[in-house]
Formats: sequence, structure tokens, C-alpha cells
Amino acid sequence: MSGRNAFHPFLVAQRGVVARHVLLGVFVILGAAFFRLQILQHGRYELRATTNRLRPIPLQAPRGLIVDRRGEVIAENVPGYSVSLLASNEDSLRAMLRRVEQVIAPRTVSEERVVGRYLAMPYEPALVLKDAPFDVVSRLEERRPFLPGLVIQREPKRFYPDSSLVAHLVGYVGEVTEQELGSEQLADRRVGSIVGKEGLERQYEDTLTGEDGVRFVEVDALGRVVREEGAAVSLAPVPGHPLRTTIDLDLQRFVASVFPAGKLGAIVAMDPHTGHVLALYSSPSYDPNAFVGGIDPDLWERLTTDEARPLLNRAISTRYPPASTFKLATATIALRRGLVTPASRMPIPCTGGLRVGDRVFKCWKPAGHGSLTLEQAIAASCDVYFYQLGRLITVRALLDDANLLGFRSVTGVDLPGEVRPAFPPDIGYYDRVYGRGHWTSTVALNLAIGQGEDAQTLINMVRFYGAIANGGTILIPRIVEGPPIPARRLEVAESTFAAMRQALIAVVEQGTARGARLASIRLAGKTGTAQNPGGPDHGWFIGFAPADSPRVVVGGILEFGLHGTAMAPIVARVIEHYLLGPDRTRGGRSEPVPLALPEDSNPSSPTGPDSSQPRRPRRARPPVPVRTER
Amino acid sequence: MNDQARFDRPLTAVTLALCVYGLLILFSAGQTDVPSAAAHVWQRQLIWLALSVTVALLVQRVSPRLIEWSAPALYAIGLLVLLVTLAIGTGAGTAASSKSWIAIGGHRLGQPSEFVKLAVVLMLARYLAGRREPPATLRELVVPVLIAAVPAGLVALQPDLGSALVFAGILFAMLYWAGVKGSNLVLLASPVVSLFAAAAAWSWGAWIFLLGGLLLLWRPYVWEGLAVLGANVATGIIARPMWQHLATYQQNRFLSFLNPELDPRATGWHIIQSKIAIGSGGWLGQGFTQGTQKRLAFLPAQHTDFVFSVVGEELGFVGVVVALALFFALLTALVRIARRAPEPFGSLVVFGIVGLLFTHIFENVGMTANVMPITGIPLPFFSYGGSFLLACFVALGLASRIAREGRDFGYREF
Repeated sequence: MSGRNAFHPFLVAQRGVVARHVLLGVFVILGAAFFRLQILQHGRYELRATTNRLRPIPLQAPRGLIVDRRGEVIAENVPGYSVSLLASNEDSLRAMLRRVEQVIAPRTVSEERVVGRYLAMPYEPALVLKDAPFDVVSRLEERRPFLPGLVIQREPKRFYPDSSLVAHLVGYVGEVTEQELGSEQLADRRVGSIVGKEGLERQYEDTLTGEDGVRFVEVDALGRVVREEGAAVSLAPVPGHPLRTTIDLDLQRFVASVFPAGKLGAIVAMDPHTGHVLALYSSPSYDPNAFVGGIDPDLWERLTTDEARPLLNRAISTRYPPASTFKLATATIALRRGLVTPASRMPIPCTGGLRVGDRVFKCWKPAGHGSLTLEQAIAASCDVYFYQLGRLITVRALLDDANLLGFRSVTGVDLPGEVRPAFPPDIGYYDRVYGRGHWTSTVALNLAIGQGEDAQTLINMVRFYGAIANGGTILIPRIVEGPPIPARRLEVAESTFAAMRQALIAVVEQGTARGARLASIRLAGKTGTAQNPGGPDHGWFIGFAPADSPRVVVGGILEFGLHGTAMAPIVARVIEHYLLGPDRTRGGRSEPVPLALPEDSNPSSPTGPDSSQPRRPRRARPPVPVRTER
Repeated sequence: MNDQARFDRPLTAVTLALCVYGLLILFSAGQTDVPSAAAHVWQRQLIWLALSVTVALLVQRVSPRLIEWSAPALYAIGLLVLLVTLAIGTGAGTAASSKSWIAIGGHRLGQPSEFVKLAVVLMLARYLAGRREPPATLRELVVPVLIAAVPAGLVALQPDLGSALVFAGILFAMLYWAGVKGSNLVLLASPVVSLFAAAAAWSWGAWIFLLGGLLLLWRPYVWEGLAVLGANVATGIIARPMWQHLATYQQNRFLSFLNPELDPRATGWHIIQSKIAIGSGGWLGQGFTQGTQKRLAFLPAQHTDFVFSVVGEELGFVGVVVALALFFALLTALVRIARRAPEPFGSLVVFGIVGLLFTHIFENVGMTANVMPITGIPLPFFSYGGSFLLACFVALGLASRIAREGRDFGYREF
């Protein structure tokens, strides 16, 4: 280029053209970069802009109502307030928590738990208080300028109007635990979700739970809430389905009121034709409302360490020796095997005991009953008759048929925590426990009168008596409405059932449960006194009425009740209340029921030290009653 | 001389449009849902604008001859001020830790580097215009390179790498305009390429191989060729120690330019939020003042470095294209003035201004869309900042004056 003027107009113009083209090229590249961001990738960045600024706040769906058979409310929802915090990082959350703690009572919030919730879902508000009292809410609201991430949410709160009267039936709800979140049933729940923990609330969790909604608040880059309303379209929660139960709330209340205060035990009332549970009460009880919104740790401590174990549902989760109530099962087995008829007599009349080898098996009545028919033996609860009947049936047949009658399986009632009854599975059981040849067929004698290695739940015994009442159909007890679900049928002639019902009527009319006789209703039933190695005996009574066409079967167990005759009048009153209605029930309020009439003081087991009865199991079986809790 | 003759019409029209556009966007940048320092900057920018226009009109009255004569003095003053700034400078805003501001009694007066850029333009123009022939060899480029490199080095020490980059833009634009051969420009730039190619052994090897080929093709003087090769090898060798010598934030800026998602909450935050703001704009944007990224403070420095992201978010691709078209129109208007200038000094000054503005625009706009790494240099007419606005208007005043000279005395269309 030497020798030429670099600023010759032609050269300058040439460079100008090149410069313009370079500029154009660069601007086109820039434009293309923006085209890519704004047009081609628009969707992606728009989504990110939205997630940047919107924070979802779950709207808790109200759980479905639980109502009794008449529609009366067992569990409902009342308005409550939850307090939570939105934070952009852990430090700001902790700082806000310290400010919150100045307002609320100390020690009600675990800082670490809240931080844990935040870390689990940093883009959702971390729950601080599930059920905040109104004054706390208003004081927090005043301090909103200092709590930029404060979210106060109106939330439905579970309420059980009858509280402890329905506790074991309805259960309670609580915040889902981490462990539950890992389970299959609750996998779709979020941290902080309310789920059923016990009873119907847990059993029908899927029905009762609605679909949570969501609303969005707008936050700035520091996570402070800038706009509460109208930031984005919110999704309304869908309430859970209501649950109509077969419970008769009036009867339930009555049962709770007549159950001896301070005593341990349970009562179950069932419709024998449908399996519908009308009432289910376990004593002592607790207030399920205390669990809603988080239970006070001290109260939880008291409930779980209480000797009386109020959280235990004694109707389904505790096994008791069925004692004399099992005699009807022995009779049923003998009858359906055709070994006896209702009129059969045993070869040896009762003289107060039965000698087997060098050992005497005593009858509860030392004076003896004399020669009895099966019907009379049931009415008198004669042990000697049933010893002989058991020997006639043999252990093997007793064990075989126990399965058929449902004494080895859970009833399948729609409540969580039902335990399986204990009954020897086969002959081999005795070999394993006592050793081959170290036991004799006399175990049949004990089994025949409901002692020995036999422990049943109250609900299972009630179901069996329901089958006697309805003519032989063993139903699955149900608390939520639905058609009857037959589990199996007892292949016994209807006349046989009629005879057994007659015998059960005789129990009440002249036998061991005379104290339970009702003026206006013919009541059939059977007492039982379960020996309790750890203390006073447990008293059973299971009855149904009206005896000729039963409409209700009610069973009760009273721990340390000494004798079944203590339970009988209580059950009788429950039946009377159900059949005649609340107006006709005597007294109205609960009167103390006399714990008397020890005429059936049963000791059906060996009495003498020389007893040749099988030795007590050395191992394998815990002492009865076996209580199992979840 | 009537008004029509006093002002270059395209330049004036485009400048006016950019000022209005920029001021509107700056107003919007202050419209946030959370308290922001940007809330009222548009009012202050308006005052600066009035001052800048006044100064531009005054500059327009100054003869290019006087400016050419005083260029060395202005350049010397510029260097002196840079040295003073290094000694007593303070930081501000997003670059709080650097020393780029001159302040007296706590009042920040301005960023002198903005004016030094203009002084370098004048000094280079004077040097290059004063030669009979354009620099034909690399050795002849040493002086112009030093004219730009000394202030660039002082600015880089502040440290302000973005502004240092602008000096390179000015230098190359003016060398090109002065008629320096493209091959020499490539060889001049080659050590910098070597610096980046040294990131990996294979890329550096490939570059040295290519450079050898170019040297054989273009056949510069042997010593020059060896010097270029030596410089390339040297930068390739010092690349790694230099990288380690860089401040962590400078390393991170570069790394997060390559991959913003590397650390999205920290160094990648700016570029990610800027891309989200721009990308969420779509065709027409969220509406003037309605951008949520900006309103909720997700977009950082929305009134200074990332003001163009507000354009993208609120006015969409259409708004971006309009802005880019205005910038393109401004630069081509300046190129036209440079082409028509009656004498080399004026022509070079105007093209130097093109280089200056172009570097700012390309770097700033490219940064918001992740095309360029993040360096905090302002966008002309949009970013809030008094010194830079004033410097821009001084430059436009000069260009306007030179345009008038061209119209009165210069060459006509070919």
C-alpha cells in the first residue's frame, strides 16, 4: 500500500462498505442469539421465570365427614389456622423462627423440625404451627413487616364431638411421619400432610382424604412474599368423601355411659344378620382431639406409659381366654360332627368333678349338676359335661373345626390393629411345646371349656355368637356400610341352632346370667370367666336378643371383672337400650352395676397339687391375656 | 448556516430515538415491587442527559484543528488521571471493590476511564493521520499499540477488564480505518488468540500450526515473523500462571460464561436470571414496566449492566430488534460520517468512536444473552451512569462537528 494515500476517497468508501457489512453481520448474530432465547427457548425460560417468582402454598382439603348410621356426626372439620414460613435460605428461616418464638409460647416449636421441613421442600412454606390459636395468629399478623415470609393459612381442623366416647372407633389424625411417607399407601402425601393415624381415620384414609389444592404467592429474589392474592390461578381443594358408618352413635354413647368407670374392658354390639358393628367401645379411652395438630409431648408420655393403656383397643387388639363362652363352640363342633344331639347326655353325671386317670378335673359347682342334656349343660355351664364332650370330639377334631369356626383367623373388621386369635394350629403344636409323648388327650378337656391354649378377641367371639343368632353364617364385621360379607357357613341344621338358642335363653332365664334377665325382651347369652394368672379373673358375657329372632348381638369383656355375671347386666342394658330405644332404658343415666353373683366361679382347671393336667407351657406362649398394640 | 446544516440528520434522529428509548427503559427498571436503588435513577439520568446534550453542543463548536492540536495534552491528562485514580480511586455499585471512581469528599465525580477512551481515540487519530502512509509493517504498529495499551493496562489494574477490552476495540477499529492490512491485524491479535487457545494442549498446537502457515503465506519481515511467533509462544506459556493470578471472581465470570449452571446461586446467577428475563419475553414481551424478573429483583443490576435484559423481558424480541436496529443505524450513520470526513484526523476520530460504541454495545448486549462473558461495561443511552453518558455525548458532539465539516467541505458521494 506504500506510496498511496490511505485516505483516498475510494479506499475509504471501500473500507466503509466492509465496516458496514461487518457491523451488520455482528448485529445479525446478536439478533439470532436473542431469537434463540426469546422465541425458540421461550417456553423453557417462561417456566423458569414462573417458578422463580411463584411459591405454591398447599391448600389442605377438608377430610370427609364420618357419620353414624343416622347421619349424626362422629368426625367433622372446624376452622383452624396454620402458620408457616417461606424462606430463601436456612439462615433467614432460623432468623424468622427466632422472631416467631418471641410471640408464641416457648418450646412449642422445634426449630430443627421446621428446618427439616424446609430442607425437604425449600420452595414450599415450612410449617411452624399446625393449629395456632387465634390470638397467636393476630399477634403474628401484627409483626408481618418483620416476618417477610409469613404465611397464615386457614385450614380445616379435625374435630370429634364425642371425643373419648368414639376414640377407639374413629381413631385420630396427625401429621404424616417420614416413615409413613416411605410406605406405599401414603407415598403420594407431602411433608406436613394430615393423615389418619388410627381407627377409621386410618382404615379409610384414601376415602376420607380429599385432593389438596394449591394457591400461589409471589416472592421476590430474597424469598419475601410480595403478593398474596391474584399472583396466579389457584386450584381449589377437593374435599374427601364422607364415610357413613353402621355405628349407632346413640348406642355407642350409651355403651360408654354404662361401662363401669375406671374399669378395663370392651363392648362390641353387632347386627347378627349383616355383620354391621353398632357400637364398639374400649375402656379406658382417650380424647382423640388431643392428637389433632400435634399432641402435647407430656400427654403422649402419659398415654403411652399409663398402666391401663388407654390407647389399646381392647375389642380387637387384645386376646382373652374365651372361657365358658367357648362351650358353645365345643357344642357346635360336636353337633355338626353328629356326635351328639341337643338332648344327648354324657355317660358320667356331674358330681362336682371328673376323674381322669389319677387327676380330678373340677366343675365350677362343687355340688355337681347331676345328669344333664347338652341344652341343660350349656344353661348350667357344666364343666364335667363339656370335659366329656371334649374327650368325645378328640383334640384333633377340635383343632380341625376351630379353623372352620374362625377361631384361628382375624375377623377382618375394617379397623386397623386387629390381632389374630391364638389357637393351636395342629396336633404338632403340642409336640413342639411339650415334646412328643409328654402330653395327653386331656388337653381336649381344657379346650372344650375354653381354657388352655386358646385366646380370642372380643370381636371374634361376638361374631361367632352372631352366627349362632343368624343361623350359621359367620360374617365379616363391618363398620362402614355395605352389604353383608359372609366369611363361611357352619353346616349345622337350623333345628340345632334353635336348640342352642334355647339353651342360651336358659342361661339367662335360670342359669348363670339370671341377673341379666330383662322384663320385656327374651335375652339369650353366655357368661364366661377367664382365668387370669396375673390377677383377678376376666368376666365375659355375650348375648343376643330377641332370642327367637335376634336383631343384635352384644359382647362384653371386663378385665379383672372376677366373673362373667358382672358383665351380663351391662350387656343386657345395652341390648335393651338398642331394642327399646333410649326412652325405655331404665334410669337413663348410668347406674353403678353391682359386681356380684359369684355363683359361676368357674375354676375349671386343676386344683390339686397332684393334678395330672398338662404342665403349663414353659415357653412359646406369653401369659394370657395377650395384649397387642399395633 | 441554518439548523439543517448544523446537525447531521440521521445521527441526530437516531441519537434522539435512542435517548428516549433508553430513558423509558431506565424508568421501567426503577418500577419494582421491592425497594430498589433504581427507583428514581431515570430522573438523575435525565439531568445528566441535559448536561450531556449541552456539553455536546459546546463540543460541536470546537474546531477539529484545535482538538487535533490538543490531543497529546488530553492524552497526557488522561494518563495522569488514571494514575491518580489508581492511587485514590473508590469503588461503586456492582464493582464496589474496584478503584474506578474519582471521588472528592465522598461525592463520586465520575469514572475517568470513560473520558480516557476518548483521549485515546484522539491521540490515535492524531498519530495515524499524521503519517504520510499507513503503517505497513508490524514494527510501525508499535507506537499506536502502545498509545492504546498504556491506558488499557492502567484501567485493567483498577481492575476493570471490560473497559480495557474497549481500548482494544478502539485500537483495532482505527488501525483498520487507517488502512493497516488485515494480515497485520490478525498477526497483531494472534498472541491473544494464543492466550485462549492455551486452555488445552491440542488447541494451542493447532493454533501455532495455523499461525506458522499464515506467516509463510503473508511473509512479513523475518524478525517480525519471529517476534509474532515468540509472542504467541510466550502468551501460550504464561496463560496458565496468568489464569491462576486472576481474581477468583474473574475466573468465575469466565467459567460461568462457558457454563452458567455451574453454580446457579452464585456466579452463574446473573447470567441465568438475565437469560430467564430475556427468554420469558417471547415475541412481544410482558409489557412495559411489567417484567416480573425485574419487578421482583431476580434480575440483578437491572438499571446498569443488565438494562438490556429489561428490554428483552418487557418488550420482547420485537423490542430487542428495534433497539439493535437503532444501534446499527447509529453506527452506520457514524461510518458514513467517517467516510465523508474531509481529512484523515476527523475520519479516524469518528471511526474510533464507532469502535468505542460498537465494543460497548456488542459486549453489553452479548453478555445479557450469554454470547459474551460478563464484564461490567455500560450500554450507551440505556445504562444509568453520568460519566459514560457524558463521554458518549462528547463523542457524538465531535462526530456531529466532523459531519458538518464534511458536508461543507468534504467529498460528495461517489
